[in-house]
Amino acid sequence: MTTAVSDVFDVVVVGAGHAGCEAALACARLGLRTIMFTVSVESIALMPCNPNIGGSSKGHLVREIDALGGEMGKNIDRTFIQSKILNRSKGPAVHSLRAQADKSAYTLEMRKVVENQDHLVIRQQEAAEILTNKDLQEDPALQELLEQTLKRECNQKYSEYFTKNALFTVSTKNQTENVDDCTKIIGVRAISDAVYFSRAVVLCTGVYLKSRCIYGDVSQYTGPNGLMSANHLSDSLTKHGISLVRFKTGTPARIDARTIDFSKCEIQKGDTPVVPFSFSTDPKDVQIEQEPCWMTYTNEETHRVIRENIDRSPLYGGVIHATGPRYCPSIEDKVMKFPDKTRHQVFIEPEGRYTNEMYIDGMSSSMPEDVQVAMYRSVPGLENAEIVRNAYAIEYDCLSPKQLKSSLEFKKISGLFSGGQFNGSSGYEEAASQGLIAGINAARYCQKREPLVLLRSESYIGVLIDDLVTKENFEPYRMMTSRAEYRLLLRQDNADLRLRKYGYETGLISEEEMNRTELKRKQIKEEIERVSVLNIGTGKEVNDLLVSLGSTPLPSGVKLTELIRRPELQYEQLAPIDPDRPALPADVQEQVNIEIKYEGYIRRQKKQVEQFAKTESRHIPVDLDYDLVPSLRIEARQKLKDFRPTSIGQAGRIAGVSPADVSVLLVYLKQQENKKR
Amino acid sequence: MGETIAAIASGMTASGIGIIRISGPEAFAVLESIFLPRTAADVQNYKTNTIHYGWIKEYNGKCSRHQEQKLSMQEAASKEAVIDEVLVMIMRAPHTYTTEDTVEIDCHGGPYVMKRILEAVIAAGARPAEPGEFTKRAFLGGRIDLSEAEAVMDVIGSRSEDALKSSLMQLSGSVRRAISGIRTVLMDELAYIEAALDDPEHMDLTGYPEELAEKLQVPEQKLKELAATFDEGKMIRNGILTVILGKPNAGKSSLLNALTGEDRAIVTDIEGTTRDILEEQIELGGLSLRIIDTAGIRDNSGDAIEQIGIERARKYAADADLLLAVFDAARPLDDNDCEILQIMQGRKAIAILNKSDLPPVVKEEELQKLAGAPVVRISAKELTGLTQMEEYIRNMFFSGKLDFNEETVITNIRHRDALMRSVESIRLVRESIENGLPEDFYSIDLMDAYRSLGEILGEEVSDDLVNTIFAKFCMGK
Repeated sequence: MTTAVSDVFDVVVVGAGHAGCEAALACARLGLRTIMFTVSVESIALMPCNPNIGGSSKGHLVREIDALGGEMGKNIDRTFIQSKILNRSKGPAVHSLRAQADKSAYTLEMRKVVENQDHLVIRQQEAAEILTNKDLQEDPALQELLEQTLKRECNQKYSEYFTKNALFTVSTKNQTENVDDCTKIIGVRAISDAVYFSRAVVLCTGVYLKSRCIYGDVSQYTGPNGLMSANHLSDSLTKHGISLVRFKTGTPARIDARTIDFSKCEIQKGDTPVVPFSFSTDPKDVQIEQEPCWMTYTNEETHRVIRENIDRSPLYGGVIHATGPRYCPSIEDKVMKFPDKTRHQVFIEPEGRYTNEMYIDGMSSSMPEDVQVAMYRSVPGLENAEIVRNAYAIEYDCLSPKQLKSSLEFKKISGLFSGGQFNGSSGYEEAASQGLIAGINAARYCQKREPLVLLRSESYIGVLIDDLVTKENFEPYRMMTSRAEYRLLLRQDNADLRLRKYGYETGLISEEEMNRTELKRKQIKEEIERVSVLNIGTGKEVNDLLVSLGSTPLPSGVKLTELIRRPELQYEQLAPIDPDRPALPADVQEQVNIEIKYEGYIRRQKKQVEQFAKTESRHIPVDLDYDLVPSLRIEARQKLKDFRPTSIGQAGRIAGVSPADVSVLLVYLKQQENKKR
Repeated sequence: MGETIAAIASGMTASGIGIIRISGPEAFAVLESIFLPRTAADVQNYKTNTIHYGWIKEYNGKCSRHQEQKLSMQEAASKEAVIDEVLVMIMRAPHTYTTEDTVEIDCHGGPYVMKRILEAVIAAGARPAEPGEFTKRAFLGGRIDLSEAEAVMDVIGSRSEDALKSSLMQLSGSVRRAISGIRTVLMDELAYIEAALDDPEHMDLTGYPEELAEKLQVPEQKLKELAATFDEGKMIRNGILTVILGKPNAGKSSLLNALTGEDRAIVTDIEGTTRDILEEQIELGGLSLRIIDTAGIRDNSGDAIEQIGIERARKYAADADLLLAVFDAARPLDDNDCEILQIMQGRKAIAILNKSDLPPVVKEEELQKLAGAPVVRISAKELTGLTQMEEYIRNMFFSGKLDFNEETVITNIRHRDALMRSVESIRLVRESIENGLPEDFYSIDLMDAYRSLGEILGEEVSDDLVNTIFAKFCMGK
């Protein structure tokens, strides 16, 4: 008789960062009994690096998370202390919302949400092993524990999922296939030896696996902020055939605001009025008093200090071997790689309303402490700076994500999902996006529903996940608008129109919210139809208005849409010459303006999307034996075996697979289908 | 799939009739915009399985459906830029080879006419078919028996390899460099815009649009010029640029004469009689060779005129697609031969052991080792060994399965099509700048131009932009 604690859940979520929280909330909100593990309850939704949410392309992700029914947008709307729209002067596709968060408020608010969520259990505990049907088969003690656990009255409903038969079958769309060698997740074992049986597991371990923090000669095996690292799970994953890689990232120092001379810095204020992230937030609720950020520059002296001490950098001295992100270089990287630049921008950002700690954006580092002090103090405004927390680099185990399907389920282990920085990404928003999708798909797996896979043509989240699973990833992956080939269609302003239907269909968006979106869609369509047949004459009133708006007068009558297409004119401004215009909400007017103004480009991209959709919808079985496909080139064969794409479109995006290989594959698939028939 | 494709369905040999095939949903629309029927007709509504007489004209965006009475050839030619007199065959989906709407244009056989018709078809909206694409569509449409799937895959696979080889072969080093240079310019601008969009607080785009419009002028002009050079098709007119090398009196001119069957070069026994560079276009078992006979390579030639000839020979050899190096089997290898052997290293070359009718001094095995190339024994006088040489050339450029001429023409049209598309994309960028559109819109067309040029070089695009951004700009927190 074993003494280990045990229980059964629908879903186990390992980790409670931005990915873990979204995953756990999604599952629990869909009514699944969910448990979320964290090494520390205080670190739920922790922001251990920069104090912002959003920014270029990341703002898009937050909007998409919100449209699907995730929490991040709502949480930042409750806890921001400054907000801005970046790229406002550029096209609508690259407008990006970015907010400064009050870090501790953000964490606390999210903790409130998860703690009060029905069906969700929070457990401060380190998950040490994943368990599969194979482990169960080989371990009589585990079998006995499972039996005991299922005997408990509250757990009896789970019995059917853990019968021998159920454990060795895989359900697909139309049929249940008996696969003897299928590997299926059955839960996790905690470091205490407690076993949590479950139907699905979502790994959101962030940067905590075997993590090591480094600056100068100091190297500590901890997670960020000195939190405990998770040192056992990596070995268990490797044992189960999952291959891990080692990535690194870094963070700058935090400095006491009382020791900064802000008179030497340029002030950076937020926008008024503030635009909320969430489509559900009432704009009235976010018009708060905002905190300023500040800007200063590094100089030759800073660069001299760095250059003279470069051999003491663990990165350059060879202590750190892991791959770091190019888009988020340490200041020593910037100085060494761009020697011609005589200065680099530094942003000084508050970590919260009620703390004196300031985040020194632009100066992440892993230099020794004395170099850090000298380097920060060389910057105007920071001459007397007192460091509260040192800058450091952190390296950690993470996944080579080609082992995942687009649903974020492991190709080799059914029921095991993963999301967030563990998948080789970087950033809170990227993490939350994947956490949400992994959570939704773990839930749908339990519900025996088809997974939710967002396409590149409909969302940044789709681009993010597709890039992760189809590309060789050599550094933590960060979202960028240039990665989205249909950028003009994937705007942050239309995320609700694009994605709420999926949130609704999944069960995370209410009927009322969905109706609101459908009404919006209808109003946009009707208004575009109305103005495209509306004639505008050449009367004095018309031409006076045009001249006053810096446009040229009309020589002859036109449709109103013609005027909206002029770069200097906006839909809204033309109301005086459009007396029958219906009263429409601001977000509807915005869509009408954009859709008309950029109609030519939008139409072009929609046409490309049609082509794209055809190849995306052509599925490839994950277990296809590429050795049996004749005439594939050797390189293509190897890449296809390695990545195991799930659609023809995906296959074509793998580097090394040519259009001819794709054609060959199409013919082969057709042949196989006909044979089956 | 879904797109309308076109290709030359007959071979490109100068036979009596050439066939251009168009398949896809727009096949009839494409035809309508380039076909002048002899009798007034609604071309798009021709009945299936019917044949119609008329003329193919250059694409000019206008259809000529509604002419009143019957046209004569002269009348047709006076109205439009007529390319050829044709019969068109209309086959409606699904009872066609590809199961799609299909048009076949029967024209006069002859590479030039076929090529021009295909170009008109492409200008009218079809795209050049990928290798094996008709067969692929036929299979996917269920027209080809399951048992033939292997063969279909083999055709696609091998044809694509050949097409790629052909494509790369047809680009001279200078054209390739020009295209990749322009690509680099485009990518640098793209990366600049995208870096600024990604990090607006670090990079400002004020004044950039005007700067970009100016920067694009040179590449745009250059691409137009390149497209013009592709117009007539290098390979169809010029063939594989083949240079015959050999020391004086080794038998270069005799070889040329044996190949052409004409006494064009002066053949004498005095060293150095071939003073001018002679050019000859020949068809060798379906291969088109543009052969250059050069002055013999010889050190210390005192003759000034001959010196110039030798310089040119070296220069031509450097640009050549194929080297035919002639060695005299009856005389031992000397310094001149060594120099030729050196030129051959790492090149597509064949060592030709001439005068095999005389007692041999130079051994075949030895020569093969030195040349690093296949050796063919011929006697230009007796006309032996030429078939073997032809076989080697075929194998060198193609794996023997390809109708060389057809593929080169198609490749050529693909290249030109891609160049024209890139020119159009750049024009769209300028238009966006003039219309005051925001900077992120420029990226769309810049990327299209970049991608089109990449097709010519056979290069993938995937992560170029992201990599360039990180390499050139200091990004991030």
